[in-house]
Amino acid sequence: MTNEEIINKINHFFVEEFEAEESSLIPTEDMRKTLDLDSLDFVDLVVVVESNFGFKVNTEDFQNIISFQDFYNYVIENYTQQEAVKPS
Amino acid sequence: MQRVVITGYGIYSCIGKNNEEVIDSLYHGRSGIIYDPARKEFGYRSALTGYVDPPYLKELLDRRARLMLPEQGEYAYMSTIEALKNAGLTQDYIDEHEVGIIFGNDSSATPTIVATDIIREKKSTVFAGSGSVFQSLNSTVTMNLATIFRLKGINFTVSAACASGSQSIGLGYQYIRTGLQDCIICGGAQETGIFSMGSFDAISAFSIRENEPTKASRPFDRDRDGLVPSGGGATVILESLESALKRGAHIYGEVIGYGFSSNGGHISNPTVDGPARSILRSIKDANIDINEIDYINAHATSTPVGDASEAQAIYSVFGESKALVSSTKSMTGHECWMAGASEIIYSLLMMKEDFVAPNINFENPDEYSSKLNIADKKINKKIDVFLSNSFGFGGTNSTLIIRKYTG
Repeated sequence: MTNEEIINKINHFFVEEFEAEESSLIPTEDMRKTLDLDSLDFVDLVVVVESNFGFKVNTEDFQNIISFQDFYNYVIENYTQQEAVKPS
Repeated sequence: MQRVVITGYGIYSCIGKNNEEVIDSLYHGRSGIIYDPARKEFGYRSALTGYVDPPYLKELLDRRARLMLPEQGEYAYMSTIEALKNAGLTQDYIDEHEVGIIFGNDSSATPTIVATDIIREKKSTVFAGSGSVFQSLNSTVTMNLATIFRLKGINFTVSAACASGSQSIGLGYQYIRTGLQDCIICGGAQETGIFSMGSFDAISAFSIRENEPTKASRPFDRDRDGLVPSGGGATVILESLESALKRGAHIYGEVIGYGFSSNGGHISNPTVDGPARSILRSIKDANIDINEIDYINAHATSTPVGDASEAQAIYSVFGESKALVSSTKSMTGHECWMAGASEIIYSLLMMKEDFVAPNINFENPDEYSSKLNIADKKINKKIDVFLSNSFGFGGTNSTLIIRKYTG
């Protein structure tokens, strides 16, 4: 999966699962504020990330994520690491 | 003591998704029972059930609220928005006053089982998601509705098996009567999903008259062979008379009597004495003569033993008094935790429209039901006072008496 495909997939579940307006998904914007996320939403975020990208997520990982771009970077980094150690 | 009146009600059931639809079904004796092949496949002895149409909530509630609501919570939400509208209670009014909630609910099996299956498969609890715990708790209906409607008064759930809905109204009546609350949203909710009734089916409580689904629920009939599970949501707005008059609300009825008792016997076998004591207590509380009761909405679920015991209990109290008796479960099936509340609404609708709904499928009486004045067809009749029975496993009994409000 390319970085662009990862971002598209994330945006897709923000729209589908979190009922976000597609136009609100601006990389530099504050993700929590834009999506109005509370602590319970982060549980659902863990579920969709693990289900879609296959790596293990700890809710503490989200503490330093502010913008959508931070979130994209977090998923890309973890997904890439996971793929790198997979036997070819 | 405050007088306690009913200023609104709403219903979402297998015989209609609002008061108007339900009046029509009651009037025409229409059954809401179907044969559900999935139950047979799942291992049920009986595939019969009341069918409740799932509500479409996406345009009514945000994602967070929807995630928290189990099936019966959705039904209760639908019946509650109708009841609040019916009562003229706006969100602005609720925000400025202490409105409470007491609902009857005694299970939330589906979310519990679904979450357990997911955790077992994924070996991780997080996959149950954020809504699961709020859907699974027995108090799911009251916790959700209290949040959605921003309620600030009393807030708890009554679990009293098939008397839950009735006990919720009885308790709401007590809170208002004693001046502790002015307005309480009362009611009952019942899930119908395939996971919710398997253990009930296991004890052979359900009718197996599968070739005639709409004839399967036949309370008091000689050839009854068990109940048909059903469900939905039913909401009654209880208010002090003072509060209702101050708001200029329409008053549909007055709660004048609440009786209760415990059989002190077997966990599932009914008694005659326990229900009779509940009925007598409600009459004493109402301080009326038994001849003033025009209509009795019986608990009668269509089980051989239960209906016979109730018939004897009613006869032991009412004797030759000719109050009309019917069990609306003949049309709805047994709405279990919700039944005590929905049957108050069915009876209020009859009171409003001047008729007694038929006890459909009552073709041949048995030894005990032959002594009662059972309405086997719709009867046009003015109802000034009605009594509603609800009994549950463990021997919990509840009886309510409602009088038309005349000032």
